[in-house]
Amino acid sequence: MSLLIALTLFVLAVFLGLELITKVPATLHTPLMSGSNAVSGITLIGAMVSAGADHSMLATWLGFVAVVLATINVVGGFLVTGRMLAMFTSRKSHRGPPDSEAKS
Amino acid sequence: MSRLDVVDAAYLVAAVLFVLGLKALARPRTASRGNLLGASAMFVAVMATLLDRAIVDVWVLLFGLVVGAAIGVALALRVRMTAMPQLVALFNGFGGGASVLVALASFVELVDLGQVDSRSSVSAVLTALIGAVTLTGSVVAFAKLQEVSGLRGFPGLATVRAVAAIVAVVAAVMVVARPEDVGWLWALVAAGAVLGVLGTLAIGGADMPVVIALLNSCSGVAASTAGFVLDNPLLIIAGSLVGASGLILTQIMCRSMNRSLVNVVFGSLSAGGAPDADDVYGDRVTATSAEEVAMLLEVAERVVIVPGYGLAVAQAQHAVRDLMRTLGNQGTEVTFGIHPVAGRMPGHMNVLLAEAEIDYEFLLDMDQVNPTFPQTDVTIVIGANDVVNPSARTDPDSPIAGMPILDVDGSRTVVVIKRSLSPGFAGIPNPLFANDGTLLLFGDGKDAVLDIVAALLAG
Repeated sequence: MSLLIALTLFVLAVFLGLELITKVPATLHTPLMSGSNAVSGITLIGAMVSAGADHSMLATWLGFVAVVLATINVVGGFLVTGRMLAMFTSRKSHRGPPDSEAKS
Repeated sequence: MSRLDVVDAAYLVAAVLFVLGLKALARPRTASRGNLLGASAMFVAVMATLLDRAIVDVWVLLFGLVVGAAIGVALALRVRMTAMPQLVALFNGFGGGASVLVALASFVELVDLGQVDSRSSVSAVLTALIGAVTLTGSVVAFAKLQEVSGLRGFPGLATVRAVAAIVAVVAAVMVVARPEDVGWLWALVAAGAVLGVLGTLAIGGADMPVVIALLNSCSGVAASTAGFVLDNPLLIIAGSLVGASGLILTQIMCRSMNRSLVNVVFGSLSAGGAPDADDVYGDRVTATSAEEVAMLLEVAERVVIVPGYGLAVAQAQHAVRDLMRTLGNQGTEVTFGIHPVAGRMPGHMNVLLAEAEIDYEFLLDMDQVNPTFPQTDVTIVIGANDVVNPSARTDPDSPIAGMPILDVDGSRTVVVIKRSLSPGFAGIPNPLFANDGTLLLFGDGKDAVLDIVAALLAG
């Protein structure tokens, strides 16, 4: 991937992220944060390549610790977000939550 | 299709799922689905990476994944909802730490292979710095939220911070100029770690929501820059999505305090211009009792409860639910007015009240609840102070001037449940407490609410 293509991906993804998240009701601030935090654990796949590449002992060890940390971030993050959202939605869900609550 | 094409195609699928997941996560109706979409995206990405031809030793990997997953599951399932801010901060730090290690590992490898160019060294520099700040900043935030004592700024902090910043800049330049001396990258990580600690140490409790949101954004940016080191498009895309969403949340928090991000991170609230507490309160503060409050509530038609961080400290959310049900049974309309920065993380009060099984239909944002105060008979403020301080509106010299507040003083009677008249985080007295329509119920939040419930049931 050339640097320019990588930068293009970066800039477009930032704009996409800003457009996606402009309106969030306060109720979802914490779940959004912990859910997106779990997504940032995507660094896990980088860690997997480093840990499994069998290049040098140092890189393998650094990669291994990174795999453990990133997996805690990913698994714990999605689970805890799920727990929170279950609290929000378990009651009166038949009525449907008011989407109009959204504010910028 | 070769095996590498399969991996790249899977990354594309994962990227699309991440986008759909984040979009869904920002809407109440679809939030749970969004979380599942995000988790599936991660699963696809991990499975595809296992196919990567660069991976030789799968067993080490699987071992790491199992250990990490076990720890993650244990932490996520055992945490109490009141401890949620700490856990989110901790997970965030782990993500940042992982990005640092990934950058270090792949940079060391590139140096050994003699394949370092300015692009990989610049991205390694950014990842090391941002990731290290995220790691230690989040750990300090975790400790502060856990109420570990002694974590505050010290006199020479600004100087030490400046020295660490200079070391970071020198190390960053050296990494790019002489990448073969890997020691400079480690030095940069160390300097970043110091900066993360110092940056968070001096942050006051009320600024915590801003800092947590900012660190969340940083962990995304670190993952994204790690993607530049590894030449991995999925890391770049997912990381910048998170960076952007964290930035939006940070902005919402800053706007709710009428402060700039720079001011939160580098400045501190000046107490200058604040009137003396004795002048404000004098002998005009009216204390009340649980029985008196119960009598007021018996005849009230509309009640608004305004929670603050004190509610979390007193663990009063279940008592508040009891109060709400008792009042509901006698036909009183009860809603909650929630300030965006109430508590220690974005949305803290919402999570806490949801844990007590209070339906979020009754939780109103600041913009929704403010117009209703003039029709409100009794407003009960529990453990909140600065977010209901009318000085923000009336006194242009006040440190919190211009901060959007809940206009509780518009309601007929305000009952403030508080331990004492001590000031809130901003360190300024609150003229609301001396108003004619304000009654103070001194005591622990939980006990006071339970006393009111008991008095209501007895009456």
